[in-house]
This record gives sequence, structure tokens and C-alpha cells, in this order.
Amino acid sequence: MKLPIYMDYHATTPVDPRVLEAMTPYFTQHFGNAASRNHSFGWEAEEAVETARKQVADLIGASAKEIIFTSGATESNNLAIKGVAEMYREKGNHIITCVIEHKAVIDTCKKLEKQGARVTYLPVQKDGRISLDELRAAITDKTILITIMTANNEIGVLQPIAEIGAIAKEKGILFHTDAVQAVGKVPVSVNDLKVDLLSLSAHKMYGPKGVGALYVRRRNPRVLLAEQISGGGHERGMRSGTLNVTGIVGLGKAAELAKNEMASEAERLKKLRERLSAGLHENLDELYINGSLEHRLPHSLNISFAYVEGESLLMGINDVAVSSGSACTSASLEPSYVLKALGAGDDLAHSSIRFGLGRWTTEEEVDYVIEKLTTVVRRLREMSPLYEMVKEGVDLSKMQWVTH
Amino acid sequence: MAYSSKVVDHYENPRNVGSLPKDDANVGTGLVGAPECGDVMKLQVKVNPETGVIDDAKFKTFGCGSAIASSSLATEWLKGKTVDQALAIKNTDIVAELSLPPVKIHCSVLAEDAIKAAIADYKAKQEKDKGVPASAGHAQPNA
Repeated sequence: MKLPIYMDYHATTPVDPRVLEAMTPYFTQHFGNAASRNHSFGWEAEEAVETARKQVADLIGASAKEIIFTSGATESNNLAIKGVAEMYREKGNHIITCVIEHKAVIDTCKKLEKQGARVTYLPVQKDGRISLDELRAAITDKTILITIMTANNEIGVLQPIAEIGAIAKEKGILFHTDAVQAVGKVPVSVNDLKVDLLSLSAHKMYGPKGVGALYVRRRNPRVLLAEQISGGGHERGMRSGTLNVTGIVGLGKAAELAKNEMASEAERLKKLRERLSAGLHENLDELYINGSLEHRLPHSLNISFAYVEGESLLMGINDVAVSSGSACTSASLEPSYVLKALGAGDDLAHSSIRFGLGRWTTEEEVDYVIEKLTTVVRRLREMSPLYEMVKEGVDLSKMQWVTH
Repeated sequence: MAYSSKVVDHYENPRNVGSLPKDDANVGTGLVGAPECGDVMKLQVKVNPETGVIDDAKFKTFGCGSAIASSSLATEWLKGKTVDQALAIKNTDIVAELSLPPVKIHCSVLAEDAIKAAIADYKAKQEKDKGVPASAGHAQPNA
């Protein structure tokens, strides 16, 4: 087993060697500009892009013409939300989203608010899912867009996308979903889910960084977007800029591999995740799983180790790459807004670790992580005044703390 | 974030982890911070009543590596100091010794607060023995 162990597959994934192999010729041999219409270099590049477009479309049950290539999901989210807000301004100015969306969605909505849009940020329930009743109640005759992520990046919880899609359809409102964490991991079909716009990214599914796509429905309804990057009119005028041919080829290959291997991979990773969770629960008390276990990505686990602070935990397992929702690990010095939104208390957010398993995670690695975490959590709890107080029978919630 | 070698050393080999009997008249306990802020330090000193010198110091900390290191270092510095010398320890001394980056300065502030709270508690107990009511400067159960 090689150290360090990578268990942060929500953050990014390594490029699959088969993806890299597919990309390589497009750097040096077939380097043409896909927009060059009058020589073979351009034709080769264009053909490669169109193959990739089909591969991406096939993965999400779309048609190739509905795929717009972008620089990644942040751009896709910006294009979808700002593009709709601008294009449908006459129709209304209200957008519905939710508090645990990725910042690429939340900050885009905040920017639109400054420009006069009205945004409803739906809360989530304890399990991390929105309430459909609250969604229905939030809809007004000015609502032009619902944007709710398919799966959350911190807790891996899947939203009821098909149900949201049905509501949006019924009310004639466009529905966008940031599906970055879900595409390639669980089946996603834009028609079954009644999604009108969907963001995805290559580097979350074993493709390269710097490339992504936005699915834009062409029929029933035909979705129009105001372009956010102006120029040569590439990608049906929705996203100008010379196409990143190598990246797009990589995204296409990654999508093809995901389509073929998703089912077996998901099953394998779910077993590993259950092994990880069971092993930790067997060794340690007072563990809290953040978010629904039932509605969750198969490779995703987020646990709070009560009475132990996340950054000190990460320091103790420095040969294992995972993430924490602790304030100390964030630039803002605030604990994770996603975990806070679950209402479990800030203290549990500080104690949380996100595990993301992936294509190269082994059983041996999972066992190593269980042992290592057990040792470090026990050691830190011995050092924790909170653990000591709880063991003495003190109710921490009744304490009056001296804060700054 | 990269940690200084001194922070790593205190994290891996913390000095004086543990608890002293908190009801002992010569033991002062400081409990500062809050779980929802991600930092709680308990720092205790045992003072020799004859000499006024801190004989022993212990800590337990819930917090990041720098918080653990700050409190560990504080206990190391407290031993052998008089109560007044202990009160002269400044958070900036801890920052300098551990090479804490700006985002971790609050850890050193908390350690200084813990020292002051522990000594206030010790002093309050001494006053109380003399029959003067006193208030403690640390976290306590709500009435």
C-alpha cells in the first residue's frame, strides 16, 4: 500500500490513464482549432469535439446538440443562472435555490440579487434534503428558475431531483441542477428527471481539470440563454472562446468510461464505504453521520467525531487526504455552512470529516484509515476537556461558555 | 497549512496533558473558549501555598493543532513560576515561540485567557478561605 492515501475524491479525481491516452494526440498531432473550417487540422479537432459531445450526452440521456462545453462547473453554473435571469427578465425575476448549494450557485444568486433579482434560499431538513412543500410554497408567478444541486459536495446527500423536476414542469418554471458530484457516479437522465439545465465537470469523474459542460434543453421547452462570454459565437452562440479540444476529448472519454463502469464501481464503493463506517463505529463511540444515509452518493461519507476538533484530527492522520468542515480548515474561519444548515450544532461541524472514496480506493486503504483514525480520535479525546466533562456527566449544552 | 516544527512537536508530544483535583484549595482551574467556536481549553495550576510558586500545571484542549500546542507550551512555562510571573505571560510570547501564523493568533489569546482564568480561580479560592466572596473567571454550569 502506498502512502499518502487519497480519500478526497469529492475535491477532485486523478485523470484515468485511459483518458490521458485519449487526450495525448490532441496536444501535438491533432492540435487544430475546431473552428477552422477549411483544413484537415480543423476537421480532425471538430470531429473529436463532436465525438466527445455525443459521449457526454449519452451519459446523461441528452442529445449531442444540447451539450455546451465550458471551462468547468463554476462557469456552467454561472452561465445557466445568469443566462436564464437575463434572457427571461421580462417573464420574472425570482429564483429559488437552497442554502447548501455550492458557492458557484450561491454567490451567483447573490450577485443577481444585487442587480435586482429576488432569490429564495430554501432551508434543508436534518437529513440534508429540501422539503418539497417548502419548494411549492416558495413558487410565485415571478419565478423563472429553480436551481437545486443533484448531490451535495460535502455530505453527498442526493436531493429529490425527479420530484423537483415534476413540480417545475407543472408550473412552467425552468429547472437547473448542479450535478457535478453525481454525474458519472449515479445514473442521471435529464429526461427522467425533467431537468432543463445541468452542470457537470470533467475533473470530478476522472477527467482533466479546466473543462466541463452545461446541458441546455432544446425541446419541450427550448431553453434560451443570454451568453456570458462574448466573442466568436462558438457553442451555438452561448459560450464563445476557442474550444479546449484536449480537455473536451478527455471529458468525453471520462464520460464514456463512467457510463460503462458506473454500476459496478458504485456497488464496489458502497461496500467499501459501509466497511469504513462499520469499522469506525465498532471502534469509537459518539460518531454522527451527517446527512441522509439512504439518499446519498455511494462513495461518500461525512462523520462528526464528537469532542475532537477536525483540524487537529487531520493533523494526526497526515498520511490520509480527507477534508474537514472545521472552521480552522477554511479560509473564512467559519465552520461549514452546509453542516450548520443541517442544524446539528456548530460543535459537530467543527468535528466533521468528509471521506470520498474513488476508483482506486482499496479495502486495504480503508482498513488503514479505520485503524489510524481510531488511534488518533482516542488520543485526542484523552486530551479533550469536553470528552472528560461528558464522561463526568456534565451536560455541555447547559454550560455557559466564556467566548470572545 | 504547514505547521511549524514546534507546533508539530507539541501536538505529537503534548506536555502535561491531564487533570488536577479541581476541588483542591491550591488548584486553580481555567476553562475558556466554546465548543461551537471550535476551541475549548482547560488549564490548571497547582500552587505551593508556602512559596506561591506553581508546582504543577496540566491542560486538556479541544481545538486545532495550534491550540493544543499553545496550551501545552503554556503549562511548560507555568511550572516553576510564581503566580505574578505567570500573569506576565503574554499571548505574543506564545506566538513568537511557536511561530504561529496570523490566523492562529486567537489560539495564543485563548491560552493567555486560560492562564489568567486559572490563576483567578486559584486566587478566588484563597480569598474564599479567608471568608471573602469571589467570582470565578471561567465557564460554569448555568444556575
